[in-house]
Amino acid sequence: MALLLFLALALVALLAAVGMVTSRNAVHSALFMLVNFAVYAIFYIMLNAQFLGVVQVIVYAGAIVVLFLFVVMLIGGEIGAVRSSLRRYTYAAALILGALFVAMIGLGIAQTISTDQTVAGAPAAGGVEAIGMALFTTYLLPFELASLLLLAGMVGGVARRYKALDED
Amino acid sequence: MNLSSLNWNSLLPELVIVATSLIVLITAVVGKVSRVDRIARGHALAVVTLIGLLIAAGLTIMQLSQPASDFMGMVQSDALSHYLNLVILLAAALAVLLAWDYLGRFTYSFSEFYSLLLLAVAGMMFLGKSTELITLFVSLEILSISLYILTGFNRHQLASAEASLKYFLLGAFASGFIVYGAALLYGDTGSTWFSDIAANASGGFLTLAGFALLLVGFAFKIAAVPFHMWTPDAYQGAPTPVTAFMSVGTKAAALVALFRVLQSAVSAPYETWAWALAILSLLTMTVGNVAALRQTSIKRLLAYSSIAQAGYMLIGLVAGTVLGLQAMLFYLFAYAFMNIGAFACASLLESDDWSELQDASMANARGLFSRQPLLATALAIFMFSLAGIPPLAGFFGKLYLFDAAIDAGWLWLALVAVINSVISAYYYMRVVVVMFMEAPDESTRVRLPIPDSAILAIVIAVLGALLLGILAGPSFASLGQAVVAWRF
Amino acid sequence: MVLDYLPLLILFIIAAGFAAIAIILPTVLGPRNPNKMKQEPIESGMIPFMQAWRRFPVQYYMVAMLFIIFDIEVIFFYPWAVVLGKLKLFGLIEMAIFLGILLIGYFYVWRKGAFEWQ
Repeated sequence: MALLLFLALALVALLAAVGMVTSRNAVHSALFMLVNFAVYAIFYIMLNAQFLGVVQVIVYAGAIVVLFLFVVMLIGGEIGAVRSSLRRYTYAAALILGALFVAMIGLGIAQTISTDQTVAGAPAAGGVEAIGMALFTTYLLPFELASLLLLAGMVGGVARRYKALDED
Repeated sequence: MNLSSLNWNSLLPELVIVATSLIVLITAVVGKVSRVDRIARGHALAVVTLIGLLIAAGLTIMQLSQPASDFMGMVQSDALSHYLNLVILLAAALAVLLAWDYLGRFTYSFSEFYSLLLLAVAGMMFLGKSTELITLFVSLEILSISLYILTGFNRHQLASAEASLKYFLLGAFASGFIVYGAALLYGDTGSTWFSDIAANASGGFLTLAGFALLLVGFAFKIAAVPFHMWTPDAYQGAPTPVTAFMSVGTKAAALVALFRVLQSAVSAPYETWAWALAILSLLTMTVGNVAALRQTSIKRLLAYSSIAQAGYMLIGLVAGTVLGLQAMLFYLFAYAFMNIGAFACASLLESDDWSELQDASMANARGLFSRQPLLATALAIFMFSLAGIPPLAGFFGKLYLFDAAIDAGWLWLALVAVINSVISAYYYMRVVVVMFMEAPDESTRVRLPIPDSAILAIVIAVLGALLLGILAGPSFASLGQAVVAWRF
Repeated sequence: MVLDYLPLLILFIIAAGFAAIAIILPTVLGPRNPNKMKQEPIESGMIPFMQAWRRFPVQYYMVAMLFIIFDIEVIFFYPWAVVLGKLKLFGLIEMAIFLGILLIGYFYVWRKGAFEWQ
C-alpha cells in the first residue's frame, strides 16, 4: 500500500521535475516546481518526518516558489518563452552523463539496501520534539551559524540595493 | 546540557571575528555622519576591523601550544586549523589595508563591506575546523554568500555585477553538489560526523558517489580545472582587495576542509582519492598556466596564475602525508604574501575612471621601473616568488611540495609540476620585462600618490615573501612539529 | 502510519471533486452561443486596453527576499517552543543568541529604509 502510494507519487514528482526543466515558459516552470515540492512534502510525512513535511510546504512551496514567481514578474512576462542556445551535442552529453549518474546512485542505493536494512540510523520519530532536541543540543553550532548565514543574506540584499543613508 | 559544559575556548578567535563584524555592521545605521567625515569613518571602521583580526590572531597564536580540542564534535581546533586561521587572518588584514584607500573611491558603504569581509573570514575559519557535514556546509555558505556580495560591491561598474552574478550562479550550483554528496553519505552511514562516516561507510557506490560529489563541490571552491570557468571573470570584475582576499582565503579554507573530509571521512584507501586529486592537480596546473600565457591584463593574468597555484597546492593533498600537509600549509603562507602583494601592486596600476572596467592592463605597467622604481621592484619580487625563483618563499614552497610528492611516490606529478613552473616563468617574467626593459609612454599609468596603506601592505608582503624564503628551513620545521601532533 | 493521514486524503479528494464538479457541470449544462463581445476578458465593462501581464515594480524583490529570510527564522521557533520546557535556561540563551544576531540584521535593514516603498 505504502509502496504503491510512493511509486505513484514518485511518478508525479518525476514528471513535474521533467516538466519544470523542459517547459519554455518560466511561470509554468515555477508551477511545475510547486507540484514537485508538494509531493516531496508528502514523502517526508510518509517517512515519519512530519515537521520537515510542514516546513517543506511553508518554506519551499510557500515562500520560495512565490519568490520565483515574483522574479518572473519583475523580469517581465513579455520575455515569456526562452530559447535555449545549447548545441545538440550538449544535450546528448547531458543525457549520457545524467544516465550514468542515475545508474551509479541507483546501484549505490540497491547495494545499501541489499547489504543491511538499517539504512541510516533514521530517528524513531521525525516529530517536532525530536527535531527540536537534536537541533538545540547536538546541532547547536550549525543552528547558531545559520543566523550568521541569514544575516549575510540580509545585509547583502540591502547593501546591493539601497544607497547608504548618508550617500547621495 | 548547560553552557559551561561547552568548550567555548576552542571557538574564541571565531567569536571575536563575529562580534567585530556585528559591531562594524551596526555602525552603518547608528548616528548621522556628515559628508566630510564619511571617509574618516571608513578609516575608523578599517581600524576596528584590523583590531578584531589582530585579537583573533593573538588568540589563535595562544592556542597553538594547547592540545587539540573540540566543540561537541562539530569542530576541531588543532594545529591544522590554527595555522589555517593565521593564513586567513593575514589575508584579511592585508585586504583591509588595500581597501583602506581603494574602497572610498566607489562606495561609502564601508560598514557593509568590512562586516561582510569579517563574516567571510568567520565562515572560512569555521570551515577549516568543521568535522561534521552540516557545520561544514553552513560555514561554507556563510563565506560564499559574503563573497558573492563583496564581488559585486562596485555598483558603478557593470563588470563587477556580472562577476558577482556568475560567481553566485555557479557557486550555488557547486553548493548543490556538496549538499547532495553530504546527503548520500548520510544515507550510506546514518551520520554526519566524519569519524562515524569513516567507521560505517559501506564502501560501495553510494560512498563513492557521495565523496565524488563533495570533491566536485570543493574543486569548484578552490577553482580547480575543470571547475574553474567562473574564476577569471569573477577575479577580474571584483574590487581588487576582494579578489586578493578570496583568491587566498577561500582556497586555503577549502583545501583544509577537503583534506579533513578525505582524511577522516574516507573509508576507501586514500590512494583511490589520491588518483582523482592527482588528475585534478595535473589539469589545474596545466590549464591555468597555458591560459595565463596569452593574457594582456595583469589582473586576469593573476587570476589564471591563481588557478595554476591551486594545482600546485593540491599536490600536498595528493601526497596525503605529514610532509604533504606541512608543505601545503607552508605554501599557503607563502602564497598569501606573494599573491596579495601582486594584487596590491596591480590595484595601483588601475585607471581612475570607475565607469570603465577596472583593468590593470599590461600596457599600464610599461616602463614602470623608470617611473616608480620601488613599486616595480616590489611587483617583480612577487612575480619571481610566484614563478618560484630562489631565495624567495615561493621557491621553497614549491620545493617542499614537489619533495613531498616524490616522497609519497608521485614522481610523475612532481615532474609535471616542474615543467609547469617553467611554463609559468614565461608569463611572470613577461610582466617584469614590460616593467624594466620597455620605455614608458603615455599609456603608463600609476595611481599617484600611492596611498600609505597600500605601501604598508606591499612592504609587509615583500618582507613576508623574503623572510619566509630566507628562514624557510626553521619555519617549515616548526610547522611540521605542529602538524605531526595532529592525527596521523 | 500513513493511514493516520487518511482523513486528510479524503478531505483533499472531496475538495478537488467539488472544484471539478463546479467547473465541469456548467460547461455541460449551460447554453453556449459565443460572440465577440463575450470572448473579451472581463474588465468590469471596460474595453481592455493593454496586456494584463506586465512587469512588477522592482521593490517587490526586497519584500520577497526579506519575507523568505524571516520565514526561515520563524520556522526555527516552532521546534524551539516545543522543547523549551526541557532545555530550560540553556534553550533560552541559545535562542537569544540566534535572535540577537538576526535582530541586529533587522535593525540594520529597518534603518536602511528597506521596509519603505521608495
